Amino acid sequence: MKVWHFSEMAYHPAWPELRDSYRVVVPNRLFDPRIGADLYHRYLDEWALCDELGINIMTNEHHATATCADSVCTIPMAILARETKKVRLLALGMPIGNRNDPIRVAEEYSMLDVISRGRIEMGFVKGVPFEISPANTNPADLTERFWEAHDLILKAMATHDGPFNWEGTHFHYRSVNVWPRPWQEPHPPVWMPVGSPGSAAEAAERGMTIGVLNTGWVRTPPIFEAYRQRAAEAGRPMSPQRLAYMALIGVGDTREEGHRRADQILDYSRTSGIVAPQFMNPPGYASVAQSAQALRMSGGGFRAGRIQSRDGRAIDPRKMTVADAIDAGLSFAGTPDDVFDQLRAFYDHVGGFGHLLMMGQGGLLSHEETVANLRLFSKAVLPRLTELGV
Amino acid sequence: MERIQIGDVSLEMRTAGEGPPLLFLHGGDYFAQNQGFLERLARRWQVLIPRHPGFGGSTRPDGFRSVHDLAYLYLDLLDRERLRDVALVGSSFGGWIALEMCVRSVERIGRLVLIDTLGIKFGGREDKDIADIYVLPADEVLRRTFFAPQRAAPDYSTLDDAEAVSIASDRAATTLYGWRPYMHDPGLRRWLHRVRVPTLVLWGQSDGIVSPDYGERLCRSLPQARFEPIAEAGHYPQIERPDAVADAIERFARAEAQS
Repeated sequence: MKVWHFSEMAYHPAWPELRDSYRVVVPNRLFDPRIGADLYHRYLDEWALCDELGINIMTNEHHATATCADSVCTIPMAILARETKKVRLLALGMPIGNRNDPIRVAEEYSMLDVISRGRIEMGFVKGVPFEISPANTNPADLTERFWEAHDLILKAMATHDGPFNWEGTHFHYRSVNVWPRPWQEPHPPVWMPVGSPGSAAEAAERGMTIGVLNTGWVRTPPIFEAYRQRAAEAGRPMSPQRLAYMALIGVGDTREEGHRRADQILDYSRTSGIVAPQFMNPPGYASVAQSAQALRMSGGGFRAGRIQSRDGRAIDPRKMTVADAIDAGLSFAGTPDDVFDQLRAFYDHVGGFGHLLMMGQGGLLSHEETVANLRLFSKAVLPRLTELGV
Repeated sequence: MERIQIGDVSLEMRTAGEGPPLLFLHGGDYFAQNQGFLERLARRWQVLIPRHPGFGGSTRPDGFRSVHDLAYLYLDLLDRERLRDVALVGSSFGGWIALEMCVRSVERIGRLVLIDTLGIKFGGREDKDIADIYVLPADEVLRRTFFAPQRAAPDYSTLDDAEAVSIASDRAATTLYGWRPYMHDPGLRRWLHRVRVPTLVLWGQSDGIVSPDYGERLCRSLPQARFEPIAEAGHYPQIERPDAVADAIERFARAEAQS
């Protein structure tokens, strides 16, 4: 199993000043560039350390938010492409339905792939609903735009006798000719985060690796199953390497220490969904059936009901405890044995997966604590993952 | 509900009343709430009430996605029905469609009524002429939309499945047509001199989505228009003051008939 360390590079110093929305409408006067610089460097140091620890690196991006100050996922990738030598670098990922220029995305990923000598894995994301407003992209045709951008990027990276013509619905280029060509042929492995069986099936048809985030014990199995089923129907070779699961991981020499670390990382879950309600479901973003249902419910700002305990109870993420998160399958925490046992139970429950996306830093977890968390994981959990047989 | 086929669009369309033809183009939301107003109009006119493609149960073919498409569709409808001297009435988003029709052809259109119409941008790049209903909190959008939201805003908790799906479709379609540029066509203002029909511009005095000032400016941009405010009404005066709006339209029609 491959493990990837993920942090959202949170700008947590602003959090105490925020109330109903941590996103979209938060003015950047709450961001102090001097404090921000220190935070960026420490998060980058933590990722760079992963090269020694045998843990791969995962970045992402969000916009106009204090929960994630990584607004350009390829920028830390670019820095780390040179600072690291061994581990692989995954951006999960690039919101290509929200970016106006897919060719620029192909160029960024290709350059990264060459500089890192073929260590890039490229994620494409449709993006959560509150990314629509910062990008001002039309929510009603986001999916269509996403797939057109996806097709164009892959063709641009795989074509070595360009230029070629592209006059699509959303993107128009009459001379596509991306330099450099990527290191990996025909292009780096392609990932997509998914949150529903329907999206998993779309990814399976195309042989993409899916990253499943925050779906836990209850919602993950049908997603993985939909992927396996559709891959079989489409004649795509199936392997656990096509499936990735994200967990918040706090490991310590004692159970108390591991839980304390997990508790701080959990501030990611407690804050990331605090969004003013009008940004949660721009018309056209969700299906008509989902929007019809939302219309009849008085919607709160929080995406209620998304996190469930093993026995199906809704958990309010803002108040989630470490015990809740372990029960929900969102977190593996405690001693190295605890973490391994929880991981193995989850692995068996969902039918196996090949990548563990480890949120090893989140919220206010300090640099020293993050380093200790990553080091202990690398020393006492990572070697045992071969026992899972992937 | 009738269904008519125009090209590759299958349109939900209701026809009410008898008399000279009147085409009503609805706004982006609150379709059902126009009922009282339309019944009143149907006493004097034959009122054609299509539901725009993508809204309600009307289909929207692939690639049909601009207000220009809507304008040509309804011009085709007038041709198909061989209608003459049509009274064209557009509310909000529907007023935008009506303007796009008129700059293309007024051959079959006798008079135009614009009610709190969108579609034009007068201000500079940092001005918001049209309130951003997708960014403002829902309760503020309601306050800006209605003079008396507690009276006018429908209770959605009691909708049945079909009604809820219809409204969700309306909202998604409005987004598709109007998201960017936001609820206007940057090229339309240049051609407003082509709206060569007698025009009545009606505006809710308490419209917080597009202000009466915008309405007066729109009125001054049209060759044969006059402006009439509607008191105690917001963005959809025909919903809050159906009789006042219908009276104004009838007066306008009579005056035009006499002149």
